[in-house]
Amino acid sequence: MLVHTCKGRWAAWAVFAVLFVPLFALPLLVIAVASLSTHWSGAFPSGPTVEHYAAATRGESLAALSVSLQTAVGAGLLALALGTWAALAAASLGPRLKRVLDALFVLPVAVPSVVVGLAVLVAFSRPPLLLNGTRWIVFVAHTVLVTAFAYQSVSAALTRLDPAYAQMAASLGARPWYVLWRVKLPLLLPSLTAAAGLCFALSMGELSATMMLYPPDWMPLPVKIFAATDRGSLFVGSALAVVLMAATLCVLLAVARVRTRAAYR
Amino acid sequence: MTGGRGPGTGIRFDEVTVAYGGTVALDTLDLTVRPGEVLALLGPSGSGKTTALRTVAGFVRPTGGRVWIGGRDVTDLPPHARDVGMVVQSYALFPHMRVEDNVAFGLKARKAPKMPRAEIAARVGEALETTGMSGYARRYPRELSGGQQQRVAIARALAVRPGVLLLDEPLSALDARLRSGMLAELARLHRELPEVPMVYVTHDQVEALTLADRVAVMDRARLRALGTPRELYRSPADTFTASFVGSANLLPVTCAAEGTVRFGGTALTVGLGAAGASRAGEERTLCVRPHRIVLGEDGPNVLRGTVTAVQWRGATHRVAIEAEGHEVRADVPELDTVPAPGERLALSFAPGDAALLPARTGANGAQDHD
Ligand SMILES: Nc1ncnc2c1ncn2[C@@H]1O[C@H](COP(=O)(O)OP(=O)(O)OP(=O)(O)O)[C@@H](O)[C@H]1O
Ligand SMILES: [Mg+2]
Repeated sequence: MLVHTCKGRWAAWAVFAVLFVPLFALPLLVIAVASLSTHWSGAFPSGPTVEHYAAATRGESLAALSVSLQTAVGAGLLALALGTWAALAAASLGPRLKRVLDALFVLPVAVPSVVVGLAVLVAFSRPPLLLNGTRWIVFVAHTVLVTAFAYQSVSAALTRLDPAYAQMAASLGARPWYVLWRVKLPLLLPSLTAAAGLCFALSMGELSATMMLYPPDWMPLPVKIFAATDRGSLFVGSALAVVLMAATLCVLLAVARVRTRAAYR
Repeated sequence: MTGGRGPGTGIRFDEVTVAYGGTVALDTLDLTVRPGEVLALLGPSGSGKTTALRTVAGFVRPTGGRVWIGGRDVTDLPPHARDVGMVVQSYALFPHMRVEDNVAFGLKARKAPKMPRAEIAARVGEALETTGMSGYARRYPRELSGGQQQRVAIARALAVRPGVLLLDEPLSALDARLRSGMLAELARLHRELPEVPMVYVTHDQVEALTLADRVAVMDRARLRALGTPRELYRSPADTFTASFVGSANLLPVTCAAEGTVRFGGTALTVGLGAAGASRAGEERTLCVRPHRIVLGEDGPNVLRGTVTAVQWRGATHRVAIEAEGHEVRADVPELDTVPAPGERLALSFAPGDAALLPARTGANGAQDHD
């Protein structure tokens, strides 16, 4: 926002604070506070403790975090590869076929994720592709859910990319693969890392589809949080939620560092 | 030289047509660029010059016709198989590579035989030297001025020593001094690569006339005129060409007897060769170059009028008078006593310096410019 006067800047900050704090910050703050308490009967919680965190970073909970991280990294990278590939293919197709592909990739976004979960469950529950009961079905469901975002983000970046770079590279004698590797992908890198971060974050928080199909030996953290709160252990659930948030944020910040180093223009 | 190229790489446009959606950007272009020739493409903005180059580089597929390079039909070849070096109007330097990597790109990209590192470095150094950019090898394109970027783009195209060079306004961002320096470099380069044809798009007549063996004038997607700079300059075929190659006084005249025309109430004698068959009473346009006109009454062709403007241009004065209701401009060596606007003045020119062209029609487009 371009606000130049001092008063105007303060007003802008005030509006931002009024909108942002209750809407976004407060719920997160409540969770953080709840994760450090044992009772919450009045207006404020009581009985400060760090015990929940001790529980949240040990044993089963730690395993769930590890499962979530592995799933999100795996599904995120796979989605990035598939989405980028599809976006590159779509860009080289005619405009009509590209529109078909665009529509196809909107589907997993438009369809409720519960439905996607159910669809994946039904599709992979009988041979020849029997994945039900294994961890791979979670990977598949997450990949299906987040590839669309990778596709859309890379596709948008590709339409903004000046074709002159690739043409110039080709006329200097570079084959299509070389052009892709040395020119197109490096120029797309900021969008690729943004897409990777988005896919990772979405997968870390995915619950509704996962609920439908996770096997007992592959329980991601959101499912664990849901189970805890469902049992009534609100404070333990809060601690787990904070851990989930912190882990996601750490990875996103790391990805953002790659992005800033890759900004050329 | 990248070996194996037979003697005589030329470019041939064989009825090449390009249409973008509805607009025709290039209309059945028939043109041959001879081996080792420098062809300047001149024409107003949007006339299809860049489009013509793009068909040779393979960036755009003609909707009709064929493109030949060195006796090979390349219409269906991808750009990387064409051995064409191009400098595009937007430079298109790779923003994520340093200058040296930009220039080395074509050398590293070539498939077998791989070029040794040392040779690549030598070539890059040489190309940067030629364009005066040696001191900037470690910079990124965004850290360069427009003119410096342009020179890197030229270096990048030269480094691969292509069989054909396509230069799309390669010096447009340079100042006058750098431009004449680079022009001399390009001329030297052309002497060193005598078999490489160059197509050179420019808006600058000095560039066109200095460097080019022939000049092609384009207008609204069509080739309008083709000839040596001297031919087009001395005896242009039509008013469009006359006004585009050099500046010109274009005066509406009526043919009288053989070799004479009437310009309003003034009778003028024109060179026989310039006329072509003309019957008395026909409308024509007389083309006289401003620098061929002298002050005073000298010879048979004298134009009298009142001075409307005088511009000092360093070595010359441009004097404009209004004669017979039309503006006539003369470029004369710097004057000591400058005529004042409103003064009566006579200008004259030799019959051999006037070319008789078809009458200017309203649709003839381009206004006269300098
Ligand atoms: N990608 C495109 N899509 C649609 N029309 C185009 C495209 N590229 C060029 N044109 C049109 O084709 C015509 C010729 O364009 P071209 O770029 O060849 O002109 P030019 O002679 O190089 O002009 P300039 O001197 O301004 O560079 C113009 O009318 C232009 O609008
Ligand atoms: Mg152009």
